Amino acid sequence: MPASSQERLPAGAAPTARSATSPGAIPAAADPPVVRDVLEAADITRALTRIGHEIVERNKGADDLVLLGIPTRGVALARRLADGITAIEGTPVPAGALDVTMYRDDLRLRPARSLRHTEVPAGGIDDKVVVLVDDVLFSGRTVRAALDALNDLGRPRTVQLAVLVDRGHRELPIRADFVGRNLPTSMSESVRVLLTEVDGTDAVRIAQARKGAAVR
Amino acid sequence: MKRHLLSAADLTRDDALLVLDTAEELAQLANRPIKKLPTLRGRTVVNLFFEDSTRTRISFEAAAKRLSADVINFSAKGSSVSKGESLKDTALTLEAMGADAVVVRHGSSGAPHRLAYSGWIRGSVLNAGDGTHEHPTQALLDAFTMRRHLGGSVDGRRITIVGDVLHSRVARSNVLLLATLGAEVTLVAPPTLLPVGVDGWPCSYTYDLDAALPKSDAVMMLRVQRERMQAAYFPSAREYSRRYGLDARRFRLLPEHAIVMHPGPMNRGMEIAAEVADSDRSVIVEQVTNGVSVRMAVLYLLLGGREPVEVNA
Repeated sequence: MPASSQERLPAGAAPTARSATSPGAIPAAADPPVVRDVLEAADITRALTRIGHEIVERNKGADDLVLLGIPTRGVALARRLADGITAIEGTPVPAGALDVTMYRDDLRLRPARSLRHTEVPAGGIDDKVVVLVDDVLFSGRTVRAALDALNDLGRPRTVQLAVLVDRGHRELPIRADFVGRNLPTSMSESVRVLLTEVDGTDAVRIAQARKGAAVR
Repeated sequence: MKRHLLSAADLTRDDALLVLDTAEELAQLANRPIKKLPTLRGRTVVNLFFEDSTRTRISFEAAAKRLSADVINFSAKGSSVSKGESLKDTALTLEAMGADAVVVRHGSSGAPHRLAYSGWIRGSVLNAGDGTHEHPTQALLDAFTMRRHLGGSVDGRRITIVGDVLHSRVARSNVLLLATLGAEVTLVAPPTLLPVGVDGWPCSYTYDLDAALPKSDAVMMLRVQRERMQAAYFPSAREYSRRYGLDARRFRLLPEHAIVMHPGPMNRGMEIAAEVADSDRSVIVEQVTNGVSVRMAVLYLLLGGREPVEVNA
């Protein structure tokens, strides 16, 4: 059975336990990870409002703008950003979803995952300014997969990247154009974004994963 | 999911729904300019067909190619099989060539099982129809098609399967899968064309088509498989068609929303009238389209991830 698609979560913060076959993935219940909230609901709203303004400023308006969120939480963030930009500029900004599962470079490392919904807005992406939206930028591999996926969907004029949290530790030459918050983290920590649409609450959490627990 | 797909009974309800949901996402690919995904790049899928097939082989080939797998087509005609090579030696040859998956159609029931569990090959085995036994991907594409037309789920839906159940691997796989998914299946056939032991199947059966049609959400007509018949199962083709063919009169007995299906190939005028096959409630052509998406889903779920850990290997 496919694991859930919460790639950035180490086992300690995952709501669903991973397959029992993956070594070291299940922490002992008696040793809970240390969890702290680094962003609260109001911080997230402010960060998204600022990013919305930055996107408009950088592109001199909202013409030809298409926001594509990477499931799961990137999609909710893309919708919020689109709503915010629509409010700023007065013209509706399309938002959609881009599933990158089939383009990932780590498919063979885990059992086959279930696919998420891809939804490209009616106008397509050809000659548009596409802003990819994700919750956490970490290794950069998800974004690389997203760039490949975009390539098969059309040819945007420009592709930009907006993330709520940049936690560092890039493994590829990829950077974000718009960042909500830079969070210097250690590899043993996990960063988790919670959003009302998905999780019932808004927060960004850092958890100290248990020693030896698999973090990616 | 298991490592192989040999029978519709191998699929749990969750597995089956995962295949159908995955196929639903992959069906979107048909609307894109580039109908290809890089997911199975560098992997080899062998189509091993000992029996004739048009749509199943092409469908599997298209599915594998859209996932960027390399496809090797093998048909018994024009191969060393016609010189007397055994299934085992053919399998060892494929293994030596590094097949990651073998899609097999064979005239003998159980041949895919033999291939999967004999230790001859390491790859996944997908049953593309064996004898009169099973054809699981056909059942999946049928369920997929039904789901799309019957409000997103087949749970509680009434499906009627009509015709040569005895020789039909499609019927058996459909009954097993649809029962898993919660549908109520009714088989309709002359007594001579119902298999022995049908009482143990998770479905009901009747000999009266006219009575079953008004209660059906979907009706699936099966071809009379004359090539497998060594005895007289009914007096004449004309009499069979009169009693078990879906003609225009019977078509009107169906509820407004009901769909007409056929796994193909059709014998127009025999089990289904041409005007019914071409009506707007016939989804027969769509079944073929959906076959590619469903087979992509199966190939992805069997080959796309890490190899499953064999528990009893």
